[in-house]
Amino acid sequence: MSDQKNRQNAGKDLPQDGSGSDSIKGTSRRSFLRAGAASSLAMGAGLLTGQKVVAAGAGDPAILELQDWNQYLGEGVDARPYGTPSPFEEQVVRRNVPWLTADPVSSVNFTPLHDLDGIITPNGLCFERHHAGIAEVDPSQHRLMIHGMVDKPLVFTMEDLKRFPRENHAYFLECAANSGMEWRGAQLNGCQFTHGMVHNVMYTGVRLSHLLAEAGVKPKGSWLLAEGADSSTMTRSIPMEKALEDCLVAFAMNGEALRPEQGYPVRLVVPGWEGNMWVKWLRRLEIGDAPWQHREETSKYTDLMADGRARRFTWVMDAKSVITNPSPQAPLMHDKGQTVLTGLAWSGRGTIARVDVSLDGGKNWHTARLDGPSLDKSLHRFYFDFNWDGQPLLLQSRAIDSTGYVQPTKSALRSVRGENSIYHNNGIQTWHVKAPGEVENVEVT
Amino acid sequence: MSKLLKASIAALLLSSLTLPVFAEGLGLGRVASDDEIAAWDIDVRPDGMGLPQGSGTVTEGEEVFAERCAVCHGDFGEGVDRWPVLSGGQDSLTDDRPVKTIGSYWPYLSTVYDYINRAMPFGESQSLTPDEIYGITAYLLYMNDIVTDEEFELSKQNFASVRMPNEDNFFFDPRPDTPIFNADDPCMSDCKSEVTVTSRARILDVTPDAEESGSGSID
Ligand code: HEC
Repeated sequence: MSDQKNRQNAGKDLPQDGSGSDSIKGTSRRSFLRAGAASSLAMGAGLLTGQKVVAAGAGDPAILELQDWNQYLGEGVDARPYGTPSPFEEQVVRRNVPWLTADPVSSVNFTPLHDLDGIITPNGLCFERHHAGIAEVDPSQHRLMIHGMVDKPLVFTMEDLKRFPRENHAYFLECAANSGMEWRGAQLNGCQFTHGMVHNVMYTGVRLSHLLAEAGVKPKGSWLLAEGADSSTMTRSIPMEKALEDCLVAFAMNGEALRPEQGYPVRLVVPGWEGNMWVKWLRRLEIGDAPWQHREETSKYTDLMADGRARRFTWVMDAKSVITNPSPQAPLMHDKGQTVLTGLAWSGRGTIARVDVSLDGGKNWHTARLDGPSLDKSLHRFYFDFNWDGQPLLLQSRAIDSTGYVQPTKSALRSVRGENSIYHNNGIQTWHVKAPGEVENVEVT
Repeated sequence: MSKLLKASIAALLLSSLTLPVFAEGLGLGRVASDDEIAAWDIDVRPDGMGLPQGSGTVTEGEEVFAERCAVCHGDFGEGVDRWPVLSGGQDSLTDDRPVKTIGSYWPYLSTVYDYINRAMPFGESQSLTPDEIYGITAYLLYMNDIVTDEEFELSKQNFASVRMPNEDNFFFDPRPDTPIFNADDPCMSDCKSEVTVTSRARILDVTPDAEESGSGSID
């Protein structure tokens, strides 16, 4: 409930807030004039409102000339049985950073966050991280086994799984190594690369607790090992408390079957916790009384501190946010004037209560407007509408979640953890907008 | 509300969280047979649970390693090109560039057996016999100076007695981990006197065909 109040306040604050204040007032003054112009002054309105006027005879060919699509027929309904985006959107793709890993088969690519809006990530653009390539699993040959400390070891087919009561939930999935290349300072120029190991889709699946109940977990069963069917035979240990609380065994994303690269036909959903635990191509759940200490929870996904000791079982994803536009891959292309700043915020501990935005590198902050559904452990979309004076900006965003946790600066994180912990970098990101609108990844004092 | 009622509601809430939701079960799925479980139940734990019968010596392991692993990981586990390094890095964990290997970082030997068995060789997983994996594991202990005798034989029987040097240096996640993280009223104006740029993106063009390469890793 307090989230809701915060959101309402955030919206209300917007017009009187911060350095936004002049620009926002400017906006309303202009729109007021514009309304007046429409009713009384037909000509010359552009001069008053700052909009450009086109000289007679120099009209826009997009209007003056007949376009092909104005005149000729398009393709029929049989041409695209599974639709794809317009060819004009061909730059909107996942991208890889080849030098990060030895081989693209055990590697990662990144969601093009700067090209997306709203809170849902389209299925074909969800970042991929797999350890042995994309397993192409035949669902009729896929089984999910539950065994170990249970009353009855069980095997389910995909048809069996779909006969349990289903639920739908939108959750973000973030790789613990998202922003991991940025610990030592600004490195990669694009929010796709600094923050693109996150996606947010609506899952359809069944509660893991229902499957476990079917097998009957023995009283001593306090841990669960989840295993995938790909050639890395991925495993992670999950505490029983979490398994029973909100984990799902999901077979659909955004209304259609999981994509192969996201674990078709079935994956584990571990809301708010690091992506590696969301085992894809899920084939086995073993119940035990101790964690397995497998490679992905010892050699990897442990956080090395400056003193040489390491944190283990760092599961939850802390609150984080990033401005997706403008950002290095999405410069400000227009002249000074009204503009839209937007970004994403999320927290593994609940919802996002508030996002603040700074235009001056963290000196002054303005509360942004959260828009769209505010769902538990899901991406949230924020906007800050302002009048850009054409001068350089140092953009930052700062998320506050429903537990009151405030997204820290990168230097605050480094002072506690050093520079070698790789994982869980949720520090505040700075983008430097230079005068021509070009944007660079920087760090500031 | 009476105390008793409150208590029983609390108990009910608790039990609905932790106990089977459908007490009777839905009758879905079928019982797994022993041979099915045996076929998939390959995991090994630090206490030795899951280890199969078998054994292998350092020398035997060296041979298999040279044949099946060295092309990527190097003859001594030093790593070829950018493939993972499996040995060395001792005492480097506090360095500017730590080298995390089986010897310098891994807390448990069981992880070595388990991972090689489930995931290696890369592209041909689950193709090694238990004896081969015991041998390779012994060889990796030798390459990391954890055993010094080439005749050392690792087996199901002596496995749990081998301790890894870095075992005690892992601790449970303490997050949230600095006071600032819990400040419920973050500063809104005049939060600092001066803002200067301290670092700029080192890689300016991170397109798929960019020539520049940076440092760091995703795991
Ligand atoms: C074709 C190259 C290749 C071959 C051959 C290969 N590996 Fe690997 N190995 C890899 C890659 C790639 C990874 C990392 C995989 C990942 O992270 O998903 C890896 C990871 C490992 C790791 C974990 C390293 C760490 O620090 O977490 C061990 C141990 C290992 N390999 C052992 C072996 C053994 C033993 C063999 C031979 C039986 C072998 N590998 C053969 C490529 C190879």
